[in-house]
Amino acid sequence: MLDALGDPTRRAIFEQLGERPSAVVDLADRLPVSRPAVSQHLKVLKQAGLVRDVQVGTRRVYSLDPDGLAGLRDYLERFWRTALHSFKTRVEQENPDREEGESNG
Amino acid sequence: MADVQTAVTASIIVDAPIERAFAVFTEDIASWWPKEHHMLQGQESHMVLEPKQGGRIYEIGADGSDCKWSHVLVWEPPNRIVFTWELSPQWSLEPDLAKASEVEVRFTAEDAGRTRVDVEHHHLDRHGEGWEGLRDAIGSPGGWPLELGAFAQRVQAEKVS
Repeated sequence: MLDALGDPTRRAIFEQLGERPSAVVDLADRLPVSRPAVSQHLKVLKQAGLVRDVQVGTRRVYSLDPDGLAGLRDYLERFWRTALHSFKTRVEQENPDREEGESNG
Repeated sequence: MADVQTAVTASIIVDAPIERAFAVFTEDIASWWPKEHHMLQGQESHMVLEPKQGGRIYEIGADGSDCKWSHVLVWEPPNRIVFTWELSPQWSLEPDLAKASEVEVRFTAEDAGRTRVDVEHHHLDRHGEGWEGLRDAIGSPGGWPLELGAFAQRVQAEKVS
């Protein structure tokens, strides 16, 4: 699978939507990308929970998803995974040196 | 976890007795807290956890400046600790406690020498309004870009079933 914000074009789209909600055609005008490509990128961003869309008349308007905690959740999930592995490495050291601070009793 | 997306969980089993696991996690937090997630930028800093209910968790820099980013809400050694997460999605101090989330960490002895550690970081919706600030962090030096790329990969690779 593709990654959502690892792709520079998707990141650019994401940033544009941060500036203002936009339809596919607006994004295609502002970026060097075709409309079908923009649609494809939006689909990925939407699946990742980073953007949402609403139908406004004949236009489908995309914006960042303020309720979409997916980004924050995944960020923190990754943080805790990293942190716990770091913790495991530390706690399993045979002879923990306490270079600083007091020793515990 | 299908609909309730206001929490994240993480677990790990470590080869250490529960008392040691709890002690290292709390009093020795500086030894394992990921360096790239320190709040004070551009200087050496140290993470401190005051081991008591009502204690603070803070980072203190070489120049004496500090960043108190958490209150210890529950202190039950060696089984459980709950603390606030007073950080915005931009990883800066969130002074509004109404926008702070909470982290609960439970320690369970698997046997005499092994301990299971469960982290539940909940009430993430309280950060909701800050979420759009994510875009401001993109491209900022020392900010999120690397993390973003990585988390985005995980979003795709491990789309929760």
